[in-house]
Amino acid sequence: MNELASQLFYYYSVAIILVTICGLYCLIASFNLMRAIIGIEILMKGATLSLILAGYLTGNLGTAQALVITLIVIEVVLMVVAGGIILWLFRHYGTIDSQELRKLKG
Amino acid sequence: MNNLDILMLVLFLLSALWTVMTVRLLRSVIGLAVTSIILTIIMFRLNSPLAAVFELSVCAGLISVIFVTTISFTERVSAARFLVRQKERWSKFWPLPILLAVVAAALLMFVKAPLIPQLAAGQALDARNVIWNLRQLDLAGQIAILLIGIFGTVIFFRGGEK
Repeated sequence: MNELASQLFYYYSVAIILVTICGLYCLIASFNLMRAIIGIEILMKGATLSLILAGYLTGNLGTAQALVITLIVIEVVLMVVAGGIILWLFRHYGTIDSQELRKLKG
Repeated sequence: MNNLDILMLVLFLLSALWTVMTVRLLRSVIGLAVTSIILTIIMFRLNSPLAAVFELSVCAGLISVIFVTTISFTERVSAARFLVRQKERWSKFWPLPILLAVVAAALLMFVKAPLIPQLAAGQALDARNVIWNLRQLDLAGQIAILLIGIFGTVIFFRGGEK
């Protein structure tokens, strides 16, 4: 059982680290604002998986699931507001490229 | 931990990578939905059905709809601009798969699996019990966040102030 828990933790942790790198790379390398929020979303997937894994390994799946549900609600609101901001920017400046937006500022 | 778990983790990673690497935004959103679906399956395998159902319905469903709606309100790029963007994107993102492969190889070769004490068997609290009885303040926080989201969106889309 000990061996199983160690293996589980190990492989899931490697996957979580790699997905986090994916999300961070997307966030850093993209200038498109939609891409940036997709990067945030991927980071959140990694966070969700790590919370569930922690709950599974420590036997607190109830608390972990409650936290994940809260996280999902926050995620949705974040995406809705970010989508609103992107649309507002597009209507006012005609672009959602953060580099071009910076150029407009001077 | 069996081969299916490892396959699911590899698929999870590949779909996240495809989401990040693909040039078209719409494909990227589809990739994100697929990532969510695979995460749902992983959650089911980790005995978390309630969170998994939330992930499936909200992240794979609602967020994809929000993204597609947002993209549909913006302009489609011309074919010439698309080709330029494709080149730019490949020049920026080609190191990512290599970086992931190097990090994965380093982790799997040089880091040993830590010793974890026995899986805690304790009486697992039901998620519904935790949400409704133990962490009621979280619910208040969620309602506050939802209201902030609603008001935030309304402020962005109100018109005719001038």
